[in-house]
Amino acid sequence: MQALAVLGPLAILSLFIGAVPVSLGDFLHDPDSQRLLLISRLPRTFAAMLAGAALAVSGQIMQILARNRFVEPMTAGAGQSAALGVLIAAMLFPATAIWAKMSIAALTTLVGSAGLLLILRPLPPTQPLLVPLVALIYGGLIGAVVTFIAYQGDMLQFIGVWLTGELSGVLAGRYELLWIAGAAAAATWLIADRLTVLALGTDAARGLGLNVQAITAAGLAALSVTTAMVVVTLGAIPFVGLIVPNIIARRMGDNLRRAIPVSAFTGAALVLAADILGRVLRAPYEIPVATLVGVVGAGVFLYLLYNEPRHG
Amino acid sequence: MIRVSNVSHSIGAAPILHDISVEIPKGGITALIGPNGAGKSTLLSLIARLSSLKTGKIEVDGLQIGQVSDRELARHLAIMAQSTHVSARLRVEELVGFGRYPWHRGRPGPEDHAIVESAIARFGLGAMRHRFLDEISGGQRQRAFVAMAFAQDTDYLLLDEPLNNLDIAGARSLMRLLRQMADEDGKTIVIVLHDINYAARFADRIIALHEGRVAAMGAPHEIVTQDLLTNVFGTDAEISHQDGRPVVLV
Repeated sequence: MQALAVLGPLAILSLFIGAVPVSLGDFLHDPDSQRLLLISRLPRTFAAMLAGAALAVSGQIMQILARNRFVEPMTAGAGQSAALGVLIAAMLFPATAIWAKMSIAALTTLVGSAGLLLILRPLPPTQPLLVPLVALIYGGLIGAVVTFIAYQGDMLQFIGVWLTGELSGVLAGRYELLWIAGAAAAATWLIADRLTVLALGTDAARGLGLNVQAITAAGLAALSVTTAMVVVTLGAIPFVGLIVPNIIARRMGDNLRRAIPVSAFTGAALVLAADILGRVLRAPYEIPVATLVGVVGAGVFLYLLYNEPRHG
Repeated sequence: MIRVSNVSHSIGAAPILHDISVEIPKGGITALIGPNGAGKSTLLSLIARLSSLKTGKIEVDGLQIGQVSDRELARHLAIMAQSTHVSARLRVEELVGFGRYPWHRGRPGPEDHAIVESAIARFGLGAMRHRFLDEISGGQRQRAFVAMAFAQDTDYLLLDEPLNNLDIAGARSLMRLLRQMADEDGKTIVIVLHDINYAARFADRIIALHEGRVAAMGAPHEIVTQDLLTNVFGTDAEISHQDGRPVVLV
């Protein structure tokens, strides 16, 4: 509940911070300020919270499916696959509706994530650092394909702008896909117990009568939808899915029925805080949220890597 | 009763089991022993449907492995796999609680809570119930996993080398708990053991496997003999007897 206590004030703060200064009185009396609130500030606040929550939960799920704490969708191929989907949609079907582009991105993300699980499977569990290494290389490979296609299609700038996760472009009517990401993340709470059983290992899970394939498929679908929606609407925001679940696991363990809500609120608070900071640091210009989260997240990631409790 | 009929199995091109037929009666502890690579763990994982059966037939209480659903079998048979290294960070009481999953499937009722409480008490886990699995010793962790299998409340309990990584105190106390579950609760326990002495001391029946075949089967005093050590284990250690049970002098 600490996460909620932080998230509430942050959300209110977020409404008042930006290039155009406004006060509580303006929101109450000034129609221009009210429009600003409804068209920009409120959507932006929702977008940051939804994306943060969705990314934290999808990271948690990927870590269960990959049986490794050091992977997260944005760097492990899912984010890059979503980018590939966005690019394919933009190049081949430039005129299609946003929902069609989004479906293509979700589909490529699903294929990319399933591919990751396939190549991770033969890795020996005794070498836990191989998994993030292979995942990073896998993500890098798909990222390279994205760059190559974008280069060939003269769309490097487009992809660069699109893929750096930032929220300055969020307006009412242009972020609502994130509610789908939020809903997919929330839906995982319904299968939280099953996912925790899966985290005990495939054999133990089958021994308890769990339908391992069905839960794996459901988890993959949830993380693909959330990742794709975030990439399509905001761009890639790395590290949220990595550091939030790790911190939550340290503090309260992996019983997902309790951990998923806390993860979601913490992720929401993290991305919102980074976005507010990005608006403030060199106002009236902005620093993309992905950049800020990346800098902070990389540091936290190294800390976690070197301080992983080493028990048998 | 577990009935294994004409089971052969190979992993890749390597044959592991050749035409195995054994019957494991209900009740008591049956130990599977044999040198490394004899096929003990493979046989156990086939009975527990963790590896898929290719040739032959296995029945547990009349339920045919391969036909019966995982969900149904989970109410008859619990398996404690060899590696209990779990990446999930769970508290001891949460782990034991998940033993009830086949029965409540996510919605534990008062009966489930009662069974979990009794499992925690019985396996002496009360003092560490709120601790995480990675914060307790290997012996305590093994005990927590056995308590989880106990909470699953199945007639059959299969364990694959549960004594690995345990010191002598941990190993003996675990075997005594299993003995108690067999004697007082009427569980049928099938256990893969590395150490013949633990099998001879605690098991009612021993099945010795050698190169994928059943080399000997029977009560410990019948089959733990000089011949077995020479022919199956390829060693010339001597055997002594203590209270009518054989002891291999290593």
